[in-house]
Amino acid sequence: MIETPVLERVLSEALRNGGDFAEVFAEDRSNSSAVLDDKRVEELASGRERGAGIRVVSGDTTGFAHTADLSEDGLLRAAEAASAVARGGAGGARTIALGPAVTERGDRTGGRTGSKSDALELLERADEAARASGAGISQVQAGFGTSTRRVLIANSDGLLAGDEQARTRFSVSCVALGDTGMQTGYETAARTLGFELFDEVSVEELARTAASQALAKLSARPAPSGELPVVLAGGSGGILFHEACGHGLEADHIVKDASVYTGKVGQQVASTLVTLVDDGTVGSEWGTFGVDDEGRPAQRNVLIEDGILTDYLWDYLRARKEGRMSSGNGRRQSYRDLPMVRMTNTFLLPGDADADEIVAQTPRGVYVAKLGGGQVNTTTGDFVFGTTMAYLIEDGVITEPLRDANLIGNGPEILRRIDAVATDFSMTPGTCGKDGQSVPVGCGQATMRLTGVTIGGTAE
Amino acid sequence: MSATTEETHAAGTGTDGLLALAERVAGWARPGEEVEVYVARGTETEVRAYEGEVESLTSATSAGIGIRVVTDHRLGFAWAGSLDESVLGETLGEARDNAAFATPDEHVRLAVPDGVPAVEVDLWDDGLAGIPTAAKIELALGLEARTRGADPRIRQVDSADYGDVSAEAALVSTTGIRSSSRKTSGYLSVSVIAGEGDSSQTGGGFSVGRGFDGLDPDRAMDDAVSRAVRLLGATKGPSGRSTVVFDRRMATALLSIVSSALSGEAVAKGRSFFAGRVGEQVGHPGLTLVDDPTDPRAYGAAAYDAEGLACRRNALIEGGVLRGFLYDTVSASRAGVASTGSAVRGGYAGTPGPGCRALTLAPGPEGYDEDGVLAAVGEGLFVQSLTGLHSGVNPISGDFSVGAEGLMIRGGKLAEPVREITVASTLQRMLLSLEAVGADVEWLPGIAAGQTLAIGDMQISGA
Repeated sequence: MIETPVLERVLSEALRNGGDFAEVFAEDRSNSSAVLDDKRVEELASGRERGAGIRVVSGDTTGFAHTADLSEDGLLRAAEAASAVARGGAGGARTIALGPAVTERGDRTGGRTGSKSDALELLERADEAARASGAGISQVQAGFGTSTRRVLIANSDGLLAGDEQARTRFSVSCVALGDTGMQTGYETAARTLGFELFDEVSVEELARTAASQALAKLSARPAPSGELPVVLAGGSGGILFHEACGHGLEADHIVKDASVYTGKVGQQVASTLVTLVDDGTVGSEWGTFGVDDEGRPAQRNVLIEDGILTDYLWDYLRARKEGRMSSGNGRRQSYRDLPMVRMTNTFLLPGDADADEIVAQTPRGVYVAKLGGGQVNTTTGDFVFGTTMAYLIEDGVITEPLRDANLIGNGPEILRRIDAVATDFSMTPGTCGKDGQSVPVGCGQATMRLTGVTIGGTAE
Repeated sequence: MSATTEETHAAGTGTDGLLALAERVAGWARPGEEVEVYVARGTETEVRAYEGEVESLTSATSAGIGIRVVTDHRLGFAWAGSLDESVLGETLGEARDNAAFATPDEHVRLAVPDGVPAVEVDLWDDGLAGIPTAAKIELALGLEARTRGADPRIRQVDSADYGDVSAEAALVSTTGIRSSSRKTSGYLSVSVIAGEGDSSQTGGGFSVGRGFDGLDPDRAMDDAVSRAVRLLGATKGPSGRSTVVFDRRMATALLSIVSSALSGEAVAKGRSFFAGRVGEQVGHPGLTLVDDPTDPRAYGAAAYDAEGLACRRNALIEGGVLRGFLYDTVSASRAGVASTGSAVRGGYAGTPGPGCRALTLAPGPEGYDEDGVLAAVGEGLFVQSLTGLHSGVNPISGDFSVGAEGLMIRGGKLAEPVREITVASTLQRMLLSLEAVGADVEWLPGIAAGQTLAIGDMQISGA
């Protein structure tokens, strides 16, 4: 994307006014997507963008500028703008020599491309399968999107790294219409792969699952309100951990004392059944990459082991302050954004209980087959997550479907209320939003039970 | 020659330059092809202050193009994050190629001028460009320092930000559309953590304007501090049925959600609980809802919609009776009506679709402010913060269940703080159970006005 001597000159320019650290992050991304809605292929879209973000760190201050102009002139202008914050610093010419390029791809494969017609055929197959699931299905939307993202990172420590990330997702959303009104179902499959995604995922199965959720909810009764035991199905959404503690373990919140987990390393913060891992190297999961957006190879980080908090997640800036290495969690949405501490694939390791037994041993509660999104306030630990497919558990048996509701809890409290974890582990893809930036993440967990969670239904 | 210099030649300066560029690209249309070219350019500055220092200073410019091609009732779209000469033709070619794969649809078309004159709204602050970066830094540092000292219970000022954006755009099509717009905006925002004993609570506040002048640090500070401090000591509130008062900021969020069910596209595709109900009583007789982007006070004010038609006032619900929906050109054709000038798009990388820009509810006859609404309600729950709006509200089924923080209302006044509770109902029932609409209209960032709302018969789930 950019020649090494150019990068070296741009980094020198960025430190012309002084400063402790300079970095060039260049990105070239192309996207294509297609949507089938209301039985028509409505929109094929393609997009391309490339550019670079340059940051200069001087003491506790970061200067940042970005440009879509990757010529040397364009990069030098951005470097000058970013270096404005270092004015009054030491200054002087500093020669930057970049080391050999590091490109960590792990054991990922992928990047096979498909034609536009291939994508349309998948959309049509999904539409048919969803509509064939039941006469109640009144509307189907299927979406396909694929992107290739090449990144190049060079910094004044001499680091030079690159990565190429292919990502593909496919989603189906259904509306079912009945006497009680409309209900919806949604399923998505997403991997850090190209068209290889479809070797692993059946779009028909995805469509049938989405349709069956919408159909089942037509006869759903209002969710209960108040506190009840909750059983989360394996892979229903490790989003619980993403929200209930993952965000609170991000070092940017920690260093600002804006997390309930500040100062708790070495302490018991969860049930002994909880071992929580964030791992950017897992297969082709949605949050997987070779190097992070600061050029650091993805790695496996154990955050909580047998209930004891072992570490936080780190990016370059926060790690530097603490005199340690980044944990490979510096990510950004695009070259237009500063990196932040972000999760990758965050999951609870499986336990040894039997999933069916957990349900059988729950006299009354809620069984969550699928979770939607969630949100947390890291300072208080209070979080919510929404169910998109849930059932009542009565006398140890899964019975009636429930209408969508949010569950609400407090992170540190809920982690102590996990009393059973099964073996049936699986992962789900998600999009994590933080401070206006979205990045792809994975979440995972096996079937597990929480002894009490507040359910925000409308039934008294 | 650098790409930026080329761009300056190609696009010139100001919106005239952008218009000329869009016209030139639209001129490349082939016979039998309709082409729409949207070009946009912007600059932004953001300053974040933390503990007396500049934590980060971002300065950036960006530009891009989005092209729609319609051939034989098939639509293709392509975009690029650049206005480089080499990118323009490539993007048009890609949009053209994409169109070849779409399903023919008789309703697919580009907008044509409809003769409705645009109401010019002045959204540009000439002074912004002349404000030195140092003054912006000073404003952010000042906000941080004053907020830190505002109350002994403030333990942390998470972030104190100044930001501004100048954006220009032009739209030209082979069907006769030619429009341009420019807009500046500025904001201050601050987020704090208050603490007392074991209790920590957070609050945020902001001030927005068309530029640098008029931004009010005290307003941002007071809002953030009072929101955090009054929640200290909050406990899980009681369960039960109750009237809920939503503060102005939360009311903006609620109206925004309701607005997605008023999209003509959602209605046509059977994804709105309002479908087929025009002329019916869908809300309390006191409920009148209007989208009026020609009101220059509105944050989302605009002269032209995203397809280049004049924005206009559209009454959606009057006296609780559903009057109609918002349409862009395609959804209007599908419904057999005319566009309401309501196309919106998310920048050059997005395609237009119908949406609201400036929703307001007609205030109740009592002319209540927040205190007035609280006094009228007497007993209930006052909500200052909602979580899970994206996961717990379904604008298709209408199911509504969200996390909330706020204060109990006792004897018509704010009482003890509560947290970790949910409020639930359905959107349909909430519209019918509207008890009061404040006259305290405040235009907050977003697509709807802020005004205190009281909604009856909601289920609270707590302790």
